[in-house]
Formats: sequence, structure tokens, C-alpha cells
Amino acid sequence: MNQRKKTLVIFVGAVLFLVVVTVAGVFCYDAARVTDFSRKNLSPCGQYLFGTDWMGRDMLTRTLTGLSMSILIGMCAASISAIIAFVLGVMAAVLGNKVDSVISFLIDMIMGIPHILLLILISYALGKGFKGVMLGVALTHWPSLARVIRGEVLQLKNSQYIQVAYRLGHSKMKVAMKHMVPHLLPQFIVGLILTFPHAILHEASITFLGFGLSAEQPAIGIILSESMKYLITGKWWLAVLPGIMLVLTVVLFDVAGGSLRKILDPSSAHN
Amino acid sequence: MLEAKNLVFSYTKEGKPVVDHVSFQVAPEERVGMLAPSGFGKTTLMKLVGGYMLPDEGEVLVDGKPLPEKGYCPVQMIWQHPEKSVNPRLKMREVLAEGDQIEDRIIEGLGIEEDWKNRYPQELSGGELQRFCIARALGKGTRYLIADEISTMLDLITQGQIWNFLIRETTERKIGMLIVSHSQELLDYVCTSQVDLTL
Repeated sequence: MNQRKKTLVIFVGAVLFLVVVTVAGVFCYDAARVTDFSRKNLSPCGQYLFGTDWMGRDMLTRTLTGLSMSILIGMCAASISAIIAFVLGVMAAVLGNKVDSVISFLIDMIMGIPHILLLILISYALGKGFKGVMLGVALTHWPSLARVIRGEVLQLKNSQYIQVAYRLGHSKMKVAMKHMVPHLLPQFIVGLILTFPHAILHEASITFLGFGLSAEQPAIGIILSESMKYLITGKWWLAVLPGIMLVLTVVLFDVAGGSLRKILDPSSAHN
Repeated sequence: MLEAKNLVFSYTKEGKPVVDHVSFQVAPEERVGMLAPSGFGKTTLMKLVGGYMLPDEGEVLVDGKPLPEKGYCPVQMIWQHPEKSVNPRLKMREVLAEGDQIEDRIIEGLGIEEDWKNRYPQELSGGELQRFCIARALGKGTRYLIADEISTMLDLITQGQIWNFLIRETTERKIGMLIVSHSQELLDYVCTSQVDLTL
């Protein structure tokens, strides 16, 4: 098996795992909210792989539901973020110096504020919950991708083959579609996927801190913050297993993004 | 008639301009050689004439009219480095299609093989790539051709083949040429007249 095939297998494996988690979580949503005091505080066993909590809720279904909610929020937020990044990045590069300096200032400003602080502010101002978290994450994660796209477009605009294409009478639209988009698309898609893990982690963190999803929802941040109270009594499985699953999800997104970059753009992956 | 009138251009606001009040004319069927040492601003001058940059002063006219801002430019330039002037993500067939209805006669005359068209630029040598760039610049709308050190990467036999083709093609179609080269022998062989920019 050559390098390319191996990378492809890793990519497909990572994506498959994430899809299974997401779909399973959606179907577990009701099961995750069932309380049954006859089975409370069970440590991990054959029937309840992740154990149960103090209200007798199955931790496996809660973890899966929490992860799938995180992944869905992450996807929405990362997509909105990537679209903002693309539009602003292209605008900065194409519309001249004044627009460029305004957008560059905006990028620097957002990057200068700690993510989590801005996220809490936006989420709180929007009344927390699903909408608050999603918009909060979406509005804070675009600057780094926007900066990359701006740089790429600037470089492309001055490259010789694009100058030649203009002289050969090709319209701006045609040059953009034929020469720029094929060059930007792989970077854009990889950037989009690499934003997922950030988005997921930030969703989990602000929910953990109490500024995100509401407490009755089986979100991963809620699971982790509730388990804090029970850790001291020796119920380690409430925090450790969901925590490991969260880390695994994030790492797998990173692996998927990295291998996709290698597949789409073999030469730049060496840099 | 392609005319450059009193062209002035500098890359910085202060300091001596790179191109300082240069004027010349090229008639159709004429092949004008440009002579100057390295770093004299020959390529800058060619970019101005080819419409890649606007001069600070002066103008470039084709038959008394300035170069069009949009659409096919009647003055086409062939660059020194062919690997930079083709999109690395396009197959050579698509690179040729960028030009203005390139005739098969031109492709054959330059010795481009059918098989090369299915390759990417990285899979061709500099000389092979340069032939595509020359072909692309010889579209239907081309009236004047700028050749900026186009044959430096070619061996002597290929140089001869390509220049003989260019002389034949431009004479036939009444295309005027501007040729920049460091090789005095080449200019003596190809050009109908020569301009020394240092004077």
C-alpha cells in the first residue's frame, strides 16, 4: 500500500467514526434523558459500557448524544466561520488598499482578544443556548482562515500566469473561476475541517463554564461539569470516559483534516 | 504601427526612474532587437509596452490608439520563465485553449507533440513549456509580439528551429516583433533593425 492509499484509508476511517458518532447520538437523544433510579451509580460493566450516573442515566448514550450535538454545532459554526473568512479574505485581496486595511485591522483585533472571552460575551449577549453558542463560535473562528485566504489571493493576483490570462482577454470572472478557485478550494476545505476541532472544544468549554447550552440538555460540557461534583466520591467514569471520547473526536477531526490536505495538495503538505 | 512615446516608469516615488523617456516604433513585418546590459530595465520596458503595467508618463499606442484595458491585447508578450507563466494546475491542452484560437499549423510548426498536451507543466522541460507559451501568444488577435529572452533555456538546434518558425510566421501574418536578448549573434540573425537603449 502506498502513502496516498494509506492516507486515504486514515481519512475515510476518521470520517466514518465521526459520522457513526453523530448519527448514533441523534438516535440516542431520548434514551439519554431516561432516568431510572434502580440502576444509579453503576460503574462501567457489560450492560452499561460507560456506567450510569446518580440519576441512573446511561452514560454511553449521554456521551454519544453530547458529542453529536457538539459535532453538529461545530459543523454549523465552522461553516459559517469559513464563509465569513472566504468572503472577507477575497474582499481584502481584491477590493483595494482601503478595504484591505479595514479587514486586516478587524482580523488583528479579533485575533488579539482571547477566543474564550469573546465567545462568552457573544453567547451571553445572545441569550446562551444553541443559537448563542453557535453564533459565538462562528463569529470568533474566522480570522486565521481569512488571513490565509487573503494572502493566497494577493499572491495569485500578482502571479505571472494570471497577468498573462488578463492580457489574453479573459474576464475577471473567468480568471477567478478557472485560475483562482481551483487553487483556493483545497486550502479552504482543509481550513474548514481544521476549524471543527476548535469549534467543538470551545462549545464544550463554554457549556462547561455555564454560558452555553442549558443544563437539561445532554451536552458534553454539561456532563463534564456535573461530574465534577461526583468525582470526589470516586465516580471516575462520569468524567474520564466522556472526556476521552471528546479528545478522540477532536483528534480524529484533526487527523481527517491533515490527511485531506495531503491528498488534495501533495506538494504543499511538505512545507 | 506600435509606438512607445516618452515612456517613464519608476518602482519607487523617489529616485531615478528605471525607464527614462524611452521612445521607439515597430512597424508590422519589422523585427526590432533591444540591446542593453542586465538590470537596465528591459523587462520593465517590455511590461509597459505589453500593457502589464501603466507608465508614469508617456503612452503606448497601436495604430494611434492606446492599448485596450479589457479584452484581447493586440500586443502579446512571451516571458523569460515559461514555468511561471502557465498555471501549474492546468493541463497543457487547457493552457493552449487560453489563447485566441491557436491554429494547428502553429502547434506543428513549433514541434509540439500531441502527447505533451495531456501533461501538466511540471511534466515538461523548460524548452517544451516555452513552445506552448509561444503558441499561446500567437492567437488570431495578436498584432505585435514581444519576446523577452525567450530562448535562453533552449539548446542551439531548438533555438534555430523556433526562431526560423517565428520569422516565417510573423512575416506571413505581418506581425511586428520586439526582441530582447543578450546574444548579439541571435539579434544579428533575427532582427531587421536594432535599438541600443544605452544611447
